[in-house]
Amino acid sequence: MHSFGYRLNGLLTFSVTILAVMCAMASLSDNLNTPSPSAEIQVTNINRFQKQPRGNDEVSLTMNISADLQTLFTWNTKQLFVFVAAEYKTPKNSLNQVSLWDAIIPSKEHAKFWIQTSNKYRFIDQGNNLRGKEFNLTLHWHAMPKTGKMFADKIVLTGYSFPEEYR
Amino acid sequence: MKEGRSLSDIFSLFASPLHFHMDWQGQKLAEQIMQIMLLVSAVIAFVAGYVLGSFQVMMIVYAGGVTLTALITVPNWPFFNHHPLNWLDPSEAEKHPKPQVTVSSKKKGSKK
Repeated sequence: MHSFGYRLNGLLTFSVTILAVMCAMASLSDNLNTPSPSAEIQVTNINRFQKQPRGNDEVSLTMNISADLQTLFTWNTKQLFVFVAAEYKTPKNSLNQVSLWDAIIPSKEHAKFWIQTSNKYRFIDQGNNLRGKEFNLTLHWHAMPKTGKMFADKIVLTGYSFPEEYR
Repeated sequence: MKEGRSLSDIFSLFASPLHFHMDWQGQKLAEQIMQIMLLVSAVIAFVAGYVLGSFQVMMIVYAGGVTLTALITVPNWPFFNHHPLNWLDPSEAEKHPKPQVTVSSKKKGSKK
């Protein structure tokens, strides 16, 4: 501590080191949170179900998505990235995952929601496997922190299926 | 080369206290105060942020604590200089060097 500049440098480095420790502790505190989210998805209508000129099946559908994800938010959560994926099995692929809709939830107040929407992204199969196929709709989320570790999880909703014939 | 300070130099140092460095006791005190204040600010900031559920509160309280610590410990405040070391005056003998009687003198003025 010999001079003004020496003390200033010491103060800045020590304060930034302590800040890093505080951020690590904030991230660790996220592990104390036990979330209890819930979600429901209804497929209200299959709008289109056609075979494309190229030979692949394409589906357009309308869904009601309702969810309560408020318990996922902590003091260290910046935003929640949510997406709905259709998952099914085909002879060619043991798991097909097609993302249908996604959103960013910026705060706890927005985390309890109901939305009616058609699929944001096109649902195109690799092949012609969708007639009569059973599939799951899974709500995935990524809880993005202000500092530290990101937590990702999902809710799997089963029991959906495609019609037997094209429409 | 003329060595040592003139009296006017010494007086000008006393006239502007912030140009003084801290004394040794003051430096140790400044370092201790700085470490303790930063740690205490961090603890208060983290607890406040966690309890209120606001990351922004934690950052603002901590920034305030760091600024307060900087204002107290970084400048050369007078209370850090309560135990100044009084350097001895340049000895009279060096101001008025003895005329050398013999050529081979042991004391050869080997000051750096």
